[in-house]
Amino acid sequence: MKILVCISNVPDTTTKITFTDNNTQFNTNGVQFILNPYDEIALSRAIDLTEGGKGSITVINVGEVNTEATIRKALAIGADDAVRINAKPHDAWFVAYQIAEFIKQNPFDLILTGRESIDYNGSKVAGMIGELLDIPSVSIIKKLDVDGDKGTVEREIEGGKEVLVIPFPFAAGAAEGLAEPKIPNMRGIMSARTKPLMVVEPADVKTNLEVLSYETPAPRGNVKLVPADDSAKLIELLHTEARVI
Amino acid sequence: MPVLIYTENAAGKFKKSTFEAVSYARAIADQTNTSLTAISVGDVRADQLNLLGKYGADKVLNVSNDKLKSFVNQAYASVIAEAAKKESADIVVLSNSFSGRGLAPRIGVKLEAGVADGAVALPEISGDKFTVKKTAFSGKAFATVQLTSAKKVIALVPNSYKVVDKPAAGHVEDFSPEIKPTDFKALVKDIIQSTDKVSLPDAEIVVSGGRGLKGPENWGMIEELANLLGAATACSKPVSDADWRPHSEHVGQTGIAISPNLYIAIGISGAIQHLAGVSSSKVIVVINKDPEAPFFKVADYGIVGDAFEVVPKLIAAVKEYKGSA
Repeated sequence: MKILVCISNVPDTTTKITFTDNNTQFNTNGVQFILNPYDEIALSRAIDLTEGGKGSITVINVGEVNTEATIRKALAIGADDAVRINAKPHDAWFVAYQIAEFIKQNPFDLILTGRESIDYNGSKVAGMIGELLDIPSVSIIKKLDVDGDKGTVEREIEGGKEVLVIPFPFAAGAAEGLAEPKIPNMRGIMSARTKPLMVVEPADVKTNLEVLSYETPAPRGNVKLVPADDSAKLIELLHTEARVI
Repeated sequence: MPVLIYTENAAGKFKKSTFEAVSYARAIADQTNTSLTAISVGDVRADQLNLLGKYGADKVLNVSNDKLKSFVNQAYASVIAEAAKKESADIVVLSNSFSGRGLAPRIGVKLEAGVADGAVALPEISGDKFTVKKTAFSGKAFATVQLTSAKKVIALVPNSYKVVDKPAAGHVEDFSPEIKPTDFKALVKDIIQSTDKVSLPDAEIVVSGGRGLKGPENWGMIEELANLLGAATACSKPVSDADWRPHSEHVGQTGIAISPNLYIAIGISGAIQHLAGVSSSKVIVVINKDPEAPFFKVADYGIVGDAFEVVPKLIAAVKEYKGSA
């Protein structure tokens, strides 16, 4: 079983998000970049599934040379080798197209992404790869088991869960609960330095989305405190002032 | 060039978020001086389909094929893209729901359309310039994106656009799309419905508990308060990490991002990752015994007090309010 895990390099979850250049650029000054937490979950599940020589894991990232620290982290956690498509990840379509082109040359049984990246939250890459390769895709999976040449996944749907059985190859977006995130051990960190990291030049593709500007949510007014022994007052305010109940 | 809206159903019924998306799509159709066609897939009753006209659908394409009874991403995307082509629709709108997130990227690729997921406001259209405001950085910011393709797919975040009565013809006609066997490689083995509970992304009111509640055995009062308010229950990351509550209830940067009308946070200090997932709530109430809890800085209303004393009083107050209302 060959598994491809698509990874993103994203700002650490504790980052305070600010912008520069008249709110057109994300301010990366002083920002720590990490492996996207959902991608880490996808990778962790892939490691469980291939344990004991049952398969291999390749990680792929569309990014410039500065993402290699994150790629090495994925190798340290347990991926066998890595591919970096040498381009700025313009948007989900660009990223999905590059990865799909790579898969056409190098087939995989299972293609895992995170359910979304925590910077642009698109949840699009798995579905776009699925469509580009004409294979099934499932978003937001909470369970994944493999039996021979098919996988059983549990995915979130409106008001419940759906269990699907899908033959290889397919693409899926990992969500919380799929696996416990693994922490690299010293041996992993040492071996990550020498694991293969192949750099591939991007394919030519037209993009269809541009980010023009950013804004942060409007600040709220001061909190209105209600005495702890006067809950009725809070209910009254929510009814008459805020009009939400 | 009508606008096409995919009207998602849950167990044969449309939810409020579907009607929000219909109203949103109607407004886009008005912006671009065109009509609105809805497409419904699955087993949906006529009285439900007729509701779509009430919110502005000029025409409703109804697909009821046995093979399409349960949701299969690949097949539904083919059906919706085929309808878009049949109608010559330039803009396809859907809900940014669990299934919408699976469909939007596939439809986008099929139609060679740019996809604006997580839309929170109507597009701004001037000449050839088409921009949409969407969520970014897990609720910490918004981005305005320009879709430069001829066709566009927009996925609207639930609770970000109001349902508006705007009666239109809503004429229902059957639509029989091509059924491609290769679209059905994924087999639905089981569907586990939990219909007794309000679904978290759609909920108008959410009652959420954190570590301050000390243990899973104390969630009874959270559920009681939620039931009284018709609210969904949620929790912070440490709570789901400790398995006090299921992961599906975790709201925050690495959980679900929500935008209810009212978010009540009980015993949650308000770490930046948690705030990211709930900051687009319209009204935030914080109950915490620590007056220095960072959550109070972004709250609209607050009670400084011990949850174990405050919540039972709040439950009594809600009961009294419900009794008198």
